Amino acid sequence: MSVAVGTEARSPRRAGAGRRFSSVAIPLLLAILAVTTIIALTVGAAGIPLSRLPAALGFADNTPSDAMTARDQLVLWSIRIPRIAATAMVGGLLAATGAIMQGLFRNPLADPALVGVSSGGALAAVSAIVFTDSALGDSLRFLQTELLPLAAFAGSLATTVILYSISSRSGRTSITIFLLAGIAFTAIANAGIGLLIFIADDRQLRDITFWMLGSMSGASWAKDAVLAPVLLVGLAACAFIARGLDLLVLGEADAFHGGVDVERLKRISIVLVAAMTGVAVSVCGVIGFVGIVVPHLLRLLIGPAHRLLLPASVLLGAILMVGADTLARTIVAPAEMPIGILTAAIGAPFFLGILLRQRGLASL
Amino acid sequence: MSAVIEASGLVKRAGRATLLDGVSVTVAAGEMVAIIGPNGAGKSTLLRLLSGDLRPSEGEVRLKQRGIGSYTPRELAARRAMLSQHVNVTFPFTVEEIVLMGAGERGPREAGRLVDAALDEVGLSHFRERQLPTLSGGEQQRAHFARVLVQLACGEAEHGPGLLLLDEPTSSLDLRHQIDLVEAARRRASSGTAVIAILHDLNLAIRFADRLVVLNGGRLAADGPRAEVITRETIRDIFEIDAVVHQADGVPYVLPQSMRAASTGI
Repeated sequence: MSVAVGTEARSPRRAGAGRRFSSVAIPLLLAILAVTTIIALTVGAAGIPLSRLPAALGFADNTPSDAMTARDQLVLWSIRIPRIAATAMVGGLLAATGAIMQGLFRNPLADPALVGVSSGGALAAVSAIVFTDSALGDSLRFLQTELLPLAAFAGSLATTVILYSISSRSGRTSITIFLLAGIAFTAIANAGIGLLIFIADDRQLRDITFWMLGSMSGASWAKDAVLAPVLLVGLAACAFIARGLDLLVLGEADAFHGGVDVERLKRISIVLVAAMTGVAVSVCGVIGFVGIVVPHLLRLLIGPAHRLLLPASVLLGAILMVGADTLARTIVAPAEMPIGILTAAIGAPFFLGILLRQRGLASL
Repeated sequence: MSAVIEASGLVKRAGRATLLDGVSVTVAAGEMVAIIGPNGAGKSTLLRLLSGDLRPSEGEVRLKQRGIGSYTPRELAARRAMLSQHVNVTFPFTVEEIVLMGAGERGPREAGRLVDAALDEVGLSHFRERQLPTLSGGEQQRAHFARVLVQLACGEAEHGPGLLLLDEPTSSLDLRHQIDLVEAARRRASSGTAVIAILHDLNLAIRFADRLVVLNGGRLAADGPRAEVITRETIRDIFEIDAVVHQADGVPYVLPQSMRAASTGI
């Protein structure tokens, strides 16, 4: 008896190996994000070598006002920087949303794209494109920039609320029902989108297709201005809900026993998930798997505590998306590959990997 | 002794079923009470009502002279701690991180000291960096007990003697750890905590509780000192088994008849 205990104590499956990154995680991720951003700034259809970057950004004192610098500046400030900013913010939003949903549903496989929250947002956004276009007429089409995120938020919110009420009963969330309901929701939303595409006219169709490809090529300062406040509010809220999400892994009743106002935590989380998914979807369509891959990797590296996991997810999500987008706009240059294809190609096998690992654990 | 928790006329209905029908219980500081009764007697429902997790359909629960519904979840957590029967943790939190959850917003030094003491008390100090989902059911139960002890200690430091609720705390524990756990609860009671535990093992309940509350079919069947409650008649009426009640060191000891027959028959 004592021998068995002794050997087990000497060779435990420790979590310690992962936790050693915790203290340096945020500075390290910030540094990687900076490097990724600089690479993303320099490569593209119009290459800007590192040597010309300071001048183009306006950092060099004796900026030569030649044609080359003027071109660089145009490319950077009106195309590349707003795009990189949008990509980073979308990545951060998607990853943090995944982490919040996983905490809320106590399920590492929850992801807004996988369970239909993104599709719900997409359906609402497509409805907005089709119906406002005919209702508003040409003079008011610019309103779509504001309307799309709002519509997507409403669609995502409705989906999240229904999903939660279906899969959660007396404090317990059924993972099977949750995932199956998600599949049903995605199917319903896709049917709705199909119907809208069917009745859309040519111009609407172009708008929809352009948007649904899941490409960052439509990024602009205007979209950045929608993304930034949501991301900032989201980050601030994350600090507020982190401890509650930690305790929620014990189950709703035990989180309550530990002092968490569970109902309020759920309401805040659901609104956050919906808002963050909604604006991300409104900018670039449905991009999957970032929300699964990023938090999962981070839990292995820095542990599952949400106080660190949520901000770290924002950073790693940004890094992955900026990297993927840089790849997307260079590998088939001058054409561009939709980023959604890349993230799915990386994320889907990863998702299968998690499933297989869980099956391994379940059979123990 | 002042009452820590007073429940009067508790009725809980779920749909058409009445889970609990007019139960009143008062537990004073320093008292250790075991709730016993057959399956479906309403034991867990009573405990959840006392914890503030469920609201009664009728009746009232007062914790430290205040209606339990008037506390915010955080205030409540500082005055009562509860160990649930099954806690299933999905994410790879370490034992230490789980136990630390009991400490709330406390500073790292004080929390660290409380966590060390609790882990030591449940005998899991050597597993503190292990991921909880990799431990056995009993070890997980002990880790959660340590978390609840930390929460209780934090609350009692600020608000005086609190309430400790345990829902079948020994269900996955081996004999030694069953006794360790009940003794730990006993120590809390001697320092002023009101302890209420659902225990299935009658003899464990008799051995450690000052007082037994017997539920049957949602009603209070008996409430009193162990020697009065544990008789051959009550056991026959409540549990529908024939049993012999012995006395060992002045404490009743229950031996179910069929078991005795099996042990002496061959």
